[in-house]
Amino acid sequence: MLEAIDLTARRGSAVLFTRLRLRVDAGRALLITGRNGSGKTTLLRILAGLTQPEEGRVTINGEPAYAMRAHMAFAGHAAALKDELTVEENLRALVELSGETATVEAVRAALVGVELSQQRELPARALSAGQRRRVGLARLALLPRALWLLDEPATALDTAGLRVLADLVAQRLRAGGAVVAATHQPLDLLADRTDSYALQ
Amino acid sequence: MSTAVATVPTEPDYGVLAAVRWAVARDLRVALRSRAELGVQLLFYVIVVSVFPLASSPDRALLAAMGPGVLWVASLLASLLALPRLFASDFGDGTLEQIALSPYPLPALVAGKALAHWLTTGLPVVVLAPILGVQYALDAQVLAIVAASLLIGTPILSLLGGIGAALTLGTRGGGSLLALLILPLYVPVLIFGAGSADAWRAGLSVAPNLSLLGAGLLITLVGAPFAMAAAVRIALD
Amino acid sequence: MSLYQFSSPATFYALAGRIAPWFAGAAAVLAVTGLWIGLVIAPTDFQQGEAYRIIFIHVPSAWMSMFIYLVMAFWSIVALSFNTRLSAMMAQALAPTGAWMTFIALWTGSLWGRPTWGTYWAWDARMTSELILLFLYFGVIALRNAIDDPRRADRACAVLTIVGAVNIPIIYFSVYWWNTLHQGASVSPTGTKMQATMLSAMLVMAVAAWFYAVAVALWRVRAIILERERGSAWIEGLPGMARA
Repeated sequence: MLEAIDLTARRGSAVLFTRLRLRVDAGRALLITGRNGSGKTTLLRILAGLTQPEEGRVTINGEPAYAMRAHMAFAGHAAALKDELTVEENLRALVELSGETATVEAVRAALVGVELSQQRELPARALSAGQRRRVGLARLALLPRALWLLDEPATALDTAGLRVLADLVAQRLRAGGAVVAATHQPLDLLADRTDSYALQ
Repeated sequence: MSTAVATVPTEPDYGVLAAVRWAVARDLRVALRSRAELGVQLLFYVIVVSVFPLASSPDRALLAAMGPGVLWVASLLASLLALPRLFASDFGDGTLEQIALSPYPLPALVAGKALAHWLTTGLPVVVLAPILGVQYALDAQVLAIVAASLLIGTPILSLLGGIGAALTLGTRGGGSLLALLILPLYVPVLIFGAGSADAWRAGLSVAPNLSLLGAGLLITLVGAPFAMAAAVRIALD
Repeated sequence: MSLYQFSSPATFYALAGRIAPWFAGAAAVLAVTGLWIGLVIAPTDFQQGEAYRIIFIHVPSAWMSMFIYLVMAFWSIVALSFNTRLSAMMAQALAPTGAWMTFIALWTGSLWGRPTWGTYWAWDARMTSELILLFLYFGVIALRNAIDDPRRADRACAVLTIVGAVNIPIIYFSVYWWNTLHQGASVSPTGTKMQATMLSAMLVMAVAAWFYAVAVALWRVRAIILERERGSAWIEGLPGMARA
């Protein structure tokens, strides 16, 4: 489904990777591992179409990645929450931005699923780092996209949060989607459906 | 975790109006929650306009001559002051990436942001200017013309300024760099905008000035969103 | 040998090094010729005396200041459309020369204004537009310096240059409008009909300025190539490069 062909990327004058090839099929997860600074985030952003590689291209089902962005969900380092809006308003705005229509019930149910329904009316600035991450998980739950691109999804999550993440990923894979996650921590996802790619 | 269908299935509507509506609604809501910041910006406008006579003289004829120009230059400065906010906060909290990856057309989303920026920065100036213009011994007709020119001109300032704000995202130099980039582009707006009041005072028709401003607004409405979108993508690269 | 070969910085580096001296030499010859015609052969102006002779520097530099910006805009469009590095480097190399031409035009115009209109700065439409053009150049150069990543700087400056180029006619028009409302018709650079010798001197100087700009831009782009491509194998192989 997702294919990266001969990617070359630089940061400044240093070359991060050259002629990189990747392939992720439906129903499978790919973990991109490597030390800090090895280019995991850059690679993920190239896969999402946010960053242009110096050379090479990324296709999703044969089409350029950026053209297929309606079929993907990208979760970056930052949780994309506006401090001034409440948790519920933030979640609803993000889901609408992705082109879905979120009913009030669906949004609230998603917040229940990540154990944030108590904080529903709080402004996002009142959330801890782990709670902000969980809002991101609720957003993923509301976006039934074919491809998920996750940047360090385990950051700041406690065991309960990690369980929610693992469940969401498992559901996505079983439904025929694909998940690519950049991580420097070990992630416990469905081992039999997970491949690993290490960046030097 | 519930496995039921989480969203109401609808026909995907990735249209321009929906995008603009999303951006305006969200940005306005965020802006109105930080009312203090908006108030400070408007106070800046009031203070700048009020301070000019102290630098020259309160001679009524002189004030009437420089009044429209001062009201216009101050609105340029107020617009420049508020512009970094247009994209900086979204850039910092990761929202801008989501906006860039949205299936909605990016030019429409950023145009919506510029519209929200104008509603919170330009429109209040349009309302305040005639009131402050009284300090410059301007009569009612001149005040009306100044307000009309600002009404057409300030959206242009927000749109052009949005291009500069996107280009300077995350760079050193911040607001001063933005001013250097944008003020040359503002010059025609300033000339035709402030010039309309001057034309009236010279006994000429204001129609040419205002129609040129209007044409400028139309061209900017069509072109600036694409330049802003390109600049946003470059900043996220 | 296809044209695409020259879009590689390595090949262009060598080519630029070979042709730049020819442009520089031609520029020098033309400049001497033009100044000879303008300062010695052309007659004294009926209205302005000897002071008018500064137009042989003022007008060509003003023309070049506009022309270079358009060339920058052209290379910016190429850089954005084809995502090439070299076209962006050309635009980067041209900006300082364009700014200098604008500054020279403003400086000589101001010096010429003193004996002609009695003031160093008369808010004449042409000069005011040149001043704004100088700010546009400064903006592109400042943006280039403010962005660390060279590729992002390439693209951001390309967008800014194109936006500026689109706005230049509008800015010029608005400044002329403003000027005619407030001061009457703007003064033409000569005020009188141009004699054939004066015209030929100006044209020769214009070509001299053009060749000068080409030579300087080629030399500057070589320096930019070296700086941005450092670490590449082909640079290590250049004569005179110390082994790290």
